[in-house]
Amino acid sequence: MMTSSLLSGFTSFTNTIASPATLSDSSGGHGGAADHLVEMVSHIGTGPKWVLLIVFLPLVGFVLNAIYAAIGNKSKLPAWTTIALLAVAFVTTLTMFLQYEGTPYTVHAFDWLNLHYGEKSFVANFSFYVDKLTILWMLFVTGLATLIALYASEYMSHDIGTGYCRFYAAFGLFVFSMSCLVMGDNLLMLYLGWEGVGLCSYLLIGYFYKKPSAVAAAKKAFIVNRIGDLGLALGVYLTFVHFGTVEYAALFQNETLHSYINAAAIGDFSHIPAEAQWIALFLMVGAFGKSAQFPLYVWLPDAMEGPTPVSALIHAATMVTAGVYLIARFYPIFLVSEHALPIVAWIGTITALLAATIGMAQFDIKRIMAYSTVSQLGYMFAALGVLSTTGAAFHVLTHAFFKALLFLACGAVMHGFAGQLDLRKLSGVSWMKGWGIVGVTMLVGCMNLAGLPYITSGFYSKDMILAEAFITPGYRVIGWILVVTAILTAYYTFRVYFRVFLGPQHAEPGDEHSDHDDDHSHSEDHHHDAGQHGDHHSDHFHPHAPGWAVNTVLIILAACSMLAISLAYIDKAEHHGWVGSMVAESTASFHSPYAEEAHHAHVEHTTAHAVAGPVGTLAPSTVFGMDAHTALILISGFGAIFGVLAAAYFHGPKGWQGLFIGGRTEADKCRMDGVAKRMGPIPRLAENKWFVDEIYAMIFVKPLRVISHIFHWIDKLLLDGIVNLFGFLPRVFAWIIRPSQSGVLQGYAVSMAGGLVILLFVVIVVVMRSGGAA
Amino acid sequence: MMHAFESLQLVQSGIAQLAYPSEMSNSVLAPYLFVSAAMFAIGLVGFLTRKNMIIMFLCTELMFQAAGLALIAFGRHHLGADGQTFVIFVLCVAAAEAAMALALVVLLFRHRESLSASAWKELNG
Repeated sequence: MMTSSLLSGFTSFTNTIASPATLSDSSGGHGGAADHLVEMVSHIGTGPKWVLLIVFLPLVGFVLNAIYAAIGNKSKLPAWTTIALLAVAFVTTLTMFLQYEGTPYTVHAFDWLNLHYGEKSFVANFSFYVDKLTILWMLFVTGLATLIALYASEYMSHDIGTGYCRFYAAFGLFVFSMSCLVMGDNLLMLYLGWEGVGLCSYLLIGYFYKKPSAVAAAKKAFIVNRIGDLGLALGVYLTFVHFGTVEYAALFQNETLHSYINAAAIGDFSHIPAEAQWIALFLMVGAFGKSAQFPLYVWLPDAMEGPTPVSALIHAATMVTAGVYLIARFYPIFLVSEHALPIVAWIGTITALLAATIGMAQFDIKRIMAYSTVSQLGYMFAALGVLSTTGAAFHVLTHAFFKALLFLACGAVMHGFAGQLDLRKLSGVSWMKGWGIVGVTMLVGCMNLAGLPYITSGFYSKDMILAEAFITPGYRVIGWILVVTAILTAYYTFRVYFRVFLGPQHAEPGDEHSDHDDDHSHSEDHHHDAGQHGDHHSDHFHPHAPGWAVNTVLIILAACSMLAISLAYIDKAEHHGWVGSMVAESTASFHSPYAEEAHHAHVEHTTAHAVAGPVGTLAPSTVFGMDAHTALILISGFGAIFGVLAAAYFHGPKGWQGLFIGGRTEADKCRMDGVAKRMGPIPRLAENKWFVDEIYAMIFVKPLRVISHIFHWIDKLLLDGIVNLFGFLPRVFAWIIRPSQSGVLQGYAVSMAGGLVILLFVVIVVVMRSGGAA
Repeated sequence: MMHAFESLQLVQSGIAQLAYPSEMSNSVLAPYLFVSAAMFAIGLVGFLTRKNMIIMFLCTELMFQAAGLALIAFGRHHLGADGQTFVIFVLCVAAAEAAMALALVVLLFRHRESLSASAWKELNG
């Protein structure tokens, strides 16, 4: 088979694991594995039209902001317009959630593509599909968009009259595109939204378009995403070719797909055509691009060149989770592909570890957060790979809250300290006047990212992923790698906190107001006098403490992060939490029999059931003699605490702030400096991102550039040469006969007369000859 | 009566004689062609040797008329109307062409303050 020959490298582990869907349905008595899906999509209704507000209000915001820009608005009107519209969209989403009656529905906006030819048809309307997965995603997309728009109203206030309208126009367009992506009822709508968010990402990364690095980052994001988007486009195409439709309702009702799912459930992939299996692999490439997975993750850290609200909303909370959404939405398609989910699991794990190691060695706090985003996205992909759509969706949700919080807190620091992001040049920010809220909320965010046991929502979502990795046979290695990554995560997260937010107060301002038009500092009053900037920095620099909008948003997000803990306990017995109950009523629903088994073991302390896998009967997984959930709570809990303590020892300030084990007394000196020196080249390699960008430049960019030069010269010499030759020949001919045009009128007349004489002579001779002959 | 009738017949025969002439013999034709050839040669030599554009133009007219004369002579020789008809056309065209050519000569003169054709030598290839 095509897939297995290509991916023979994976067979070594796919043989030892239960291939993702080679599972007998142990939920009991239902017969076919596709039954749940059939039940899910069998009675799709028509939804109320007001659902369209969610999608089109942000578009209205885009149009209004474009008009504001055109008439040169110089107030905060764009911000308030956007916030109001997004708030209404969020309330509408909330209403949609509360009024949802358990059956998915579609809402038709207008006909888009409606082609019929012969027996076949291609239908992709501008309409929306709502099930609980849609609702889950839209809740945090619209909610966070509203909050971050509020934050940005203050953060971007230095650009009022210049880029303010442009920022909010792109912001509205982004939310519209994201809504199309998440809510679209066919793959073409998803693709439209996918490209739309890519465009908005490009526009907003390149927001400071006078800064060369921002322009380069925007181009990099766009180009790297092209690779993924090609995969998505091929996946959409292949879906249509194989299943004859791109509409979710028709696709998931497809009898052929159901038969594939039933075949995959008993481990029989040989009767599923390679074409159907390739769909998942192509969609997967699209997801890797958009969600910044190895090897396509390189654009995301560079994307931090955009304004911080953009980093928080697009490059941490929403857009980058589109890949997770794609795989969750098409989980039935992924289940029928033999190799797709193992690849997803391993790529996610590799990404998580790789990004965490890079994040440990960075000094730019926004970059650290960027790498932690890549790393956490890796967790989500690993969760999808180890058959836990619930774990992935839960982690998406908690991560959306705490990562947005972390970015916004870092953004407040960047805003207040004139663009300073180097953790060696900031210290004790929490203790400065007006920074208390930022310090506390940042602590909440860091605890969540680190996954401190029981008191953070990040712990619950991460623990769910880790436990599933240990439970699912063959993925124990992934589980251990993710545990190690969790320790690293705790370390690099609290490294930032201990250095920037605790310890002796110290702040060197950044250089933003002297050479960038990205002017976030307080320095309008100095702006006319560039010559004195240096003096002002050292003598009169006062950090610009965040205002009410920033603080409010930070508090709300911190509260959401903590409240999300409760989600783990709602519906715990039946669905592993509220998110599980949401996922269970969507196409992403999948009951891993291993998880069921472990869950039973956890609840009933019995190992009565055993799961039949392809490599024999597997007992429910145990780790160190305990069931996986209990063991992982201990392992990941202690791991997180260990990571925090390590950060405290190496980076924590002296005294209680460093948990009595830290020893830092200055901003830029810590115990890690000495350790790093003894580690040889490793810290430098990690700081330089393992030279991945340089390796890509060597392997892809340079050869392409060389080839393009070669083709350039072929074009220039060979093709242009042939064309120019045809232009040159007439000139040579003209050059030969040109002297005949002497410009002397008599000359022409003589040659005419001469020609006439010759003609006459010839005629006479011929006539004489013929006359002579006659 | 008789006289009047005879004289009318005479007139009629005279008209008939005018309307239907006999063919011109070669010996009668030759002098016409000789004059025509002479006119053409004079025109040609004049065109080749003189530089004044008006003179050159007159020479071309001379060659025109030489050709016209030859046409009429041959037309009479063969008792056909074609040659004469054609010459009428040639005269019309020549009249129009004279107007154009003299206007051009005036314009060319205004540019160079000279009627010499060699003043326009720079229009070479």
